[in-house]
Amino acid sequence: MQVSKEEILHIAKLADLNLKDDEVQKYRENLEEILNYANIVNNAPIEGLEETISGDNTYNVFRKDEIKQTTTREELLQNAPEQQNGMFKIPKVIN
Amino acid sequence: MEIYELTVHELLEKLDKKEITKEEVLTSYQNRIEEKEKDVQAFITITDKEAKEQLKKIEEEENTSKLAGIPIGIKDNICTKGVKTTCASRMLENFVSPYDATVIEKINNERLISLGKLNMDEFAMGGSTEHSYFKKTKNPWNLNKVPGGSSGGSAAAVAAGLVPWALGSDTGGSVRQPAAFCGVVGLKPTYGLISRYGLVAFASSLDQIGTLTKDVEDAAILLNIIAGHDEKDTTSANREKIDYTKCLKNDVKGLKIGIPKQYFGDGINSEVKDAINEVIKQYEKMGATVEECSLDVADYALATYYIIACAEASSNLGRFDGIRYGYRTKDFSDLKDLYKNSRSEGFGEEVKRRIILGTYVLSSGYYDAYYKKAQQVRTLVKNEFENNFKKYDVILTPTSPNVAFDIGSKIDNPLEMYLSDVCTVPVNIAGLPAISIPCGVNSEGMPIGFQLIGNRFEETTILNAAYAYEKERKFRQNYKPEFKK
Repeated sequence: MQVSKEEILHIAKLADLNLKDDEVQKYRENLEEILNYANIVNNAPIEGLEETISGDNTYNVFRKDEIKQTTTREELLQNAPEQQNGMFKIPKVIN
Repeated sequence: MEIYELTVHELLEKLDKKEITKEEVLTSYQNRIEEKEKDVQAFITITDKEAKEQLKKIEEEENTSKLAGIPIGIKDNICTKGVKTTCASRMLENFVSPYDATVIEKINNERLISLGKLNMDEFAMGGSTEHSYFKKTKNPWNLNKVPGGSSGGSAAAVAAGLVPWALGSDTGGSVRQPAAFCGVVGLKPTYGLISRYGLVAFASSLDQIGTLTKDVEDAAILLNIIAGHDEKDTTSANREKIDYTKCLKNDVKGLKIGIPKQYFGDGINSEVKDAINEVIKQYEKMGATVEECSLDVADYALATYYIIACAEASSNLGRFDGIRYGYRTKDFSDLKDLYKNSRSEGFGEEVKRRIILGTYVLSSGYYDAYYKKAQQVRTLVKNEFENNFKKYDVILTPTSPNVAFDIGSKIDNPLEMYLSDVCTVPVNIAGLPAISIPCGVNSEGMPIGFQLIGNRFEETTILNAAYAYEKERKFRQNYKPEFKK
């Protein structure tokens, strides 16, 4: 299994990560090694088997659509790196 | 015997007989932390003052819980209102949760006193607690060895007597493996038995909160407190409440134990193998039936685990963007820059490695080859366990192929670190309950643990089987951590 430098950079872009040159090289080697190992799933006798998404396979758990006050706006903003007028502040998006 | 050496059920007995006071209990643990924390480095946050205030409040209460005043330690990925929850990451270095996790509400209702937040691998990714942004926790049996991980702070704190018991989390063995490495009992309940609300998500279909305790009876007591349905976690199971202490009957006559031959091969250290064979003999002596069985999927399960866990992690950790909470870079010119630089500076090496692996297996062109296949293998793993549980009540394996290793010895080889999870991950893949119990030490004096796996929601069966062994072999009475330097 070969992973190219371009592929690592593409993946990093998808994951919103900047990688330095030495990180690109290291993660490329790690990924190749781990994927070579992970390829054994291709030998597993899985013909015709359904996919399992979780230990319990429960789907669609419903509850009443009621409004409940859990936390306050102040509490939710308390960890924001930057805030203004009771809102999260981000850099300008539209020029 | 010092107070900090007692189990919780022993503390409760002495409190009941008024041989000791709640204040003496708290003081004993706080003094012990004062004395040993500098060697062990188990805590990220110590809540000394808060604990004393809480005790004061409890002492003013009438008709309080019978567990009131018992101290506890909390893994630092479980949200605690008003106290930092860092996940051992720079990303959450200053994060204070605006709410309590459901398990924290439950221990607060019982008036347990938290002594602080315990170290772990960053975002619970790792098996040695070396991937913490803050510090490396040491193994109390030998301070040059890792405590295991990712709940390494929790296991080391219990082993060193810094807390009487602790909460951890287990995604692929993160409660059981450190329990084995530190000579304590680690229980990972069935997926869905404990609410995950307020547990910082790593791999949501595998994560489960678990307990680290000095013995099996304490595990049952703590499980009684934290188990139960929670509408805030849609994967939590709505089942009748059980008193888990009632199942400790100290009787395994007729219990059918399966021993998967795959876990006794070349990959398992010979001293570990010998210790497990002694465990098997002990169970036979106590009247259990032991038979060799097969888990052909063992190797596939490990590969599957790393595909699924990393895929889910890459998605779960997408929320850390430097906007609403967590680390924000100082170096940005636009929004995209802010995301990228905050994440690149805030996450550590192992977390980034897993995000990259997870993003890769979910990316177009590889989804079918890895992720979809892994989900199918998951069905295979579940089916194979189901077939085994038609014949056996419990399945017995080593908890880890090895004992605790030297700090620094595996840090540069991620795959080797991953391979040591081979005995524990199939349990999470299938959502089963399992417990690790100490069963001896190797020639270097490092603890060895064995694992009992039960069928879904059969905590009672594995707890009883573990209890019977413990009563007979008395690990705690025979061995003590020596803080070797």
